[in-house]
Order: sequence, then C-alpha cells, then structure tokens
Amino acid sequence: MSRIARRFEETRASGRAALIPYVTAGDPAPDVTVPLMHELVAAGADLLELGVPFSDPMADGPVIQLACERALAHGTGLRNVLGMVREFRQTDTDTPVVLMGYLNPVERMGPEVFVTAAAEAGVDGVLMVDLPPEECEDLAGLLERAGIDPIFLVAPTTSEFRLQHVAAAARGFIYYVSLKGVTGSQSLDPAVLAARLEAIRAISDLPLGVGFGIRDAATAAAVAQVADAVVVGSAIVRLAEQHPEAPERFRAAAAGVVREMRTAMDAARTATPAAV
Amino acid sequence: MSEVKEAVDWAAFPDARGHFGPYGGRFVAETLMGALDELQTVYEKYMRDPEFLAELDTDFKQFVGRPTPLYHAERLSRELGGAQVYLKREDLNHTGAHKVNNTIGQALLAKRLGKTRIIAETGAGQHGVAAATVAARLGLECVVYMGAEDIQRQSPNVYRMRLLGADVVAVKSGSRTLKDALNEAMRDWVTNVDNTFYIIGTVAGPHPYPAMVRDFQSVIGREARAQHLEMTGRLPDALVACVGGGSNAIGLFHPFLGDPSVEMIGVEAGGEGIATGRHSAPLCAGQPGVLHGNRTYLMEDEDGQIVATHSISAGLDYPGVGPEHAWLKDLGRATYVSVTDEQALRAFHRMTRTEGIIPALETSHAIAHVIDIAPRMRPDQSLIINLSGRGDKDLNTIANLEGIEL
Repeated sequence: MSRIARRFEETRASGRAALIPYVTAGDPAPDVTVPLMHELVAAGADLLELGVPFSDPMADGPVIQLACERALAHGTGLRNVLGMVREFRQTDTDTPVVLMGYLNPVERMGPEVFVTAAAEAGVDGVLMVDLPPEECEDLAGLLERAGIDPIFLVAPTTSEFRLQHVAAAARGFIYYVSLKGVTGSQSLDPAVLAARLEAIRAISDLPLGVGFGIRDAATAAAVAQVADAVVVGSAIVRLAEQHPEAPERFRAAAAGVVREMRTAMDAARTATPAAV
Repeated sequence: MSEVKEAVDWAAFPDARGHFGPYGGRFVAETLMGALDELQTVYEKYMRDPEFLAELDTDFKQFVGRPTPLYHAERLSRELGGAQVYLKREDLNHTGAHKVNNTIGQALLAKRLGKTRIIAETGAGQHGVAAATVAARLGLECVVYMGAEDIQRQSPNVYRMRLLGADVVAVKSGSRTLKDALNEAMRDWVTNVDNTFYIIGTVAGPHPYPAMVRDFQSVIGREARAQHLEMTGRLPDALVACVGGGSNAIGLFHPFLGDPSVEMIGVEAGGEGIATGRHSAPLCAGQPGVLHGNRTYLMEDEDGQIVATHSISAGLDYPGVGPEHAWLKDLGRATYVSVTDEQALRAFHRMTRTEGIIPALETSHAIAHVIDIAPRMRPDQSLIINLSGRGDKDLNTIANLEGIEL
C-alpha cells in the first residue's frame, strides 16, 4: 500500500479529514524548506504538497507567482526540490509528499530520469497542473510503475464525461479545484461544494481533496465536513511574503496557520460527524 | 528545396487531439478543458457552415479591405539584382496588420457562443488593437493584457486600444513582455470562463487555437497563391515571413504546403545575435518543451525554466513558437533562420526608401533575409514576402534609437 493510501486509511479510521499544506520549494530560500516541512507535520499536516518553482505558473495567482520568483532567484530547480524530499525522508518516512508543478521542468529533465529520481527521493505523488489525462499516458505509466501516484485535478467546469476519464487515470486522491480561477482566489460556497463532491463520489472511490480558496481556519473546517482532505496553499505562502527577511518567523507563522486549521477542522468533525 | 520524402496530407493536421506530429496538444489546467472542448466544437461546426463563411468573407471585404494586393517591388528587385520580390500587403488591412484576419473570425465565433467579454494578450499591440477593434464593432467588453515593458515601447498602440474602448492591463510579472501577458490572459480566462472568449493572437496555445488561427490567417496564402499565378503564370519559388508565434508565416505558408517546388523560410528575431543568448529564436536555438498549452520549441534553461528573450520588435519577443512551425521544421518542409536587430533596422530603412512602404519592425526581419538571399537567385525566379504590418507603431522606437525626439 502506498504512503498516500495508508495515510488516508488512517485519517478515515480516526474520522477526520486530512490537512495538506502546500509550500513552494525554495521559498523564500532553499534552506528554509526542509525544516519547514518537518514543522508543518508537527503542527498537524497529514500530507505535504511541495511546489516545484516554474517561471510561468499560468494557473497560479499572484501569491504563488511571487513565491516562484523568490525561489527561482536562488536557482531552486527540480533537481534541488528532489534533494529536499530526499533530505526530508531521512527523518520522516511516514508523511506522504506530493510534488505539484508544471510539466516543462519534468520534460527538460526527461520523464524517465525524473520518475526514477523522484522514486528514489521518496516522492509519493505527482500533480502536473498543465498535464490533463489526455496528454499524460506516458508519464502516468512511468509514475505508476515506480509506485508514485499520478494525481489529477477536477474542476467545477469538468463535465461528467471528462470526470470518468480523469477518475480512470487518477491514483492516490482526486484534487478538486473548489472554484473557477487561479490559486489564492477569494470565495468558496460549502453547499455547492458538497453537492459537487457527491457527484464525484458516485464515480470514484478515491479520497477527495479540496483546494483553491481555503483561506482561513473557518473555511478549512467547513470543507473538512464534506471532503477527505483540505489543501491550503496561498494562505501559507502569503506568510513568506510578509516575512521576507525573517525565514524563522515565516516558519513559525506557517506552522501556526496549520495548527489553527487542524484544531478547527477536528473540532468541526467531532461536533457534527459527516458521513463519508 | 523541400526535403520531405513522402507525401503528407497536410489537411489532416492537426489530429483530433490537436497534435502536429509530436507538437501541439492541449496542456492546460483542468478548469479550461471544458471551454476548449466547447471552442473546438463550434470552430469545427462553423468552419463548415456556409453562412458563417459568407459572413466572414463579407467582413474581410467590407471591414478589413481584402483582398490585399500582391505588389511587385520592382525597384527593390532591380537593386538586389536577383529574384523578383513580391510583397503581400497585409499592412494595408484595416488596423495595419494581418492580425485582424484572425480577430474578426474569432469574434464571430464569440458572438455565436453568446460570450459578452473578450480578452486578448498582445506584444507589439497589433493583436490588441485588432481585438479591441472587433470588440468595439460588436459591442463586446474588451480587456487586453500587455507586458509593462511593451506598453512603454508601443505607446501609440496602447492609446489606440484605449480609444477603442479596451481596458489595457499592464502585466508586471516575470519578464513583463508577451509571454507574461499570455500567462495573465490565461488566468483571467480560468476565472471568467463562463462569459469570456479568449482571442489568442497567434498560432500557439492549446488546441484548437493553433489550427483555428491558422485557418483564419490562411486567407493570406490563398490570395497570394492566386495573385502570383495570375500575375506571372507560375508559382513563386520561395515564401519568406517573420516568425514570433508565427501566425502571419503560417497564414502565408499553409496554402502552399502541397506545392513541393515552393520553398518556405521563417525568419526569427536574432536580437543581438544568437551567440549572445539575447534573442527570440526558439526554432534556431531552442529545444522542444511545453508552455502556454502546447508542446513546441522553447527558449529555456537547463532546469526547464523559460528564459528572458530579446528582440527590437515587441511582436517577436516571445520564447515559444506555434507547434505547426516546430513540426514543419522537423519535417524539413520549412526552414527557419534568424536576423539581428541591426539587420532588421537596416532593412526597415531600405524598404522605406526604396519602395515607399514603411514596414513594421517585425516584418523588417523577413525583408532583411530577402535582401540577403534574393541576389543569389535568378531574375526569372520570384519570392513573396509577407508584409505583415505597417511601421507606424514603431516610429517612436526607431526615432529613439537614432537619437531623434518626436
């Protein structure tokens, strides 16, 4: 069983939703990332999503664009990101790590080289934002043979027909983009979300993670009632922007947000256990 | 001459999923996949619809001013002492460039899809002006994304867009040029996909854009082919066009693909010289990768990050290129060369002084290459330059370079 599947079994068994913080690797500096990953786990993260910096992050809002620029200013590329995962794995062999990014750095490294290196480093899932299942056969096959889950997005605009297609290709969990827009967008309607997740559950048994638009603990708690996992990105990455010269304060603030969300999510679940 | 060994059924490309051989495709976030499916459906439907095609044809004639002339540049030809040089006068289109051929077509599709808002990216501002123009005519809201650096160097076009009622948004991320404008337009589209039609200005982006823009621009080559046959009784020996994203080039080339005797040459922006790294020539000096929704040749570093490009002409200052060009290059059906800023400037002046036609800086790259190759051809041979745009928008840039205050 993969680390991702095992982790979702654990969270389901304990009746809670998983919390998945996203950080851009190398933001604001390369040596911040690995200690930050450990601190996020200690604060209550169940899985980690590590963003691979890209020069042209088309699906990301201004917060993550700037994070990419800060990381790239130090030259953090895909090879460095894999090095960070390897370092993280030396002391944490349980917490799943998902790489999220854009296809071109993987193309440049070469898909075979990338998959081999990612498996060796201890990567558990790969989500390429600009790689829909239609274009993914080769990479998805390589990932699966290496024991890495190819993770795909489902959007509010995804048709029933495409949903079948995405569900067939997806492993690990399905990442539901809670709203139209880029990362860090503003609003989210829990009732609409609940209906949409039900429709996906009718087609796929995979756990459902929800991201884009989770900006505070209250939203995280509301989403945790209906989803198997809550992904929070811009709300954490924004903190790196606020503490440009003090990475230790960024790390503390990021862990604080995760702790706050964890508490709110668990309290909400205990109060009104939602059927999964 | 062409090196293609076996006959290719050019009309069969791209395939159903938008691939030109290994290039093209649809590499976008899931949120846009539905909109692209919808666009592909209406595009395929209306490109076979006689009523739509008749409306497009009427707009070409009455609003754009088509057909544009094919002009025999006799004085330049004589001076060069080789091949006869013909100019396909896309600069005479309404709005001053070939870009309007495409915006007219896409705007008619937007109307049929019931979209009320148009967005566009622009580099030199020619596509932005063409999009703002059709939006004004159809009463649609229009937002144009333009790199902050390009806004500086193309200020006359910015003012034109604003006069036409468009909201011009300065893009300050990344390198602040065309690629960043495209990123920002994609982000807008993801957010407002329900009411918004994204008019991409070149033959790049996710399927069906490269095919759709090509089909709208192919009117250039269809006209030029018929005009050249009528004027000379034969086909031209070569076609020459500048290539940024590559829409004017593919528009000229495509109707000639099945004519093996016709050589095709795309001219990229060599900037300060390929060896300096400061250029915009992915076909000459890049490698295949994925950006802006398609697989194609890109300018990138060893980590797969897209690198900053440079060209004197904002319209060519782009690190990618349309996937069909990537494929034509690999097949050997077209060849791609580069011309430096300095060569383009010299060609700009020569065309202006010799033929009384002030070309755009983008177009001047194609002219520069012809100045190089025409003397080595025979006087009974001919070539067509796509005179893709007029140079009015570049007067500030050129005056500045020459230390003249306007």
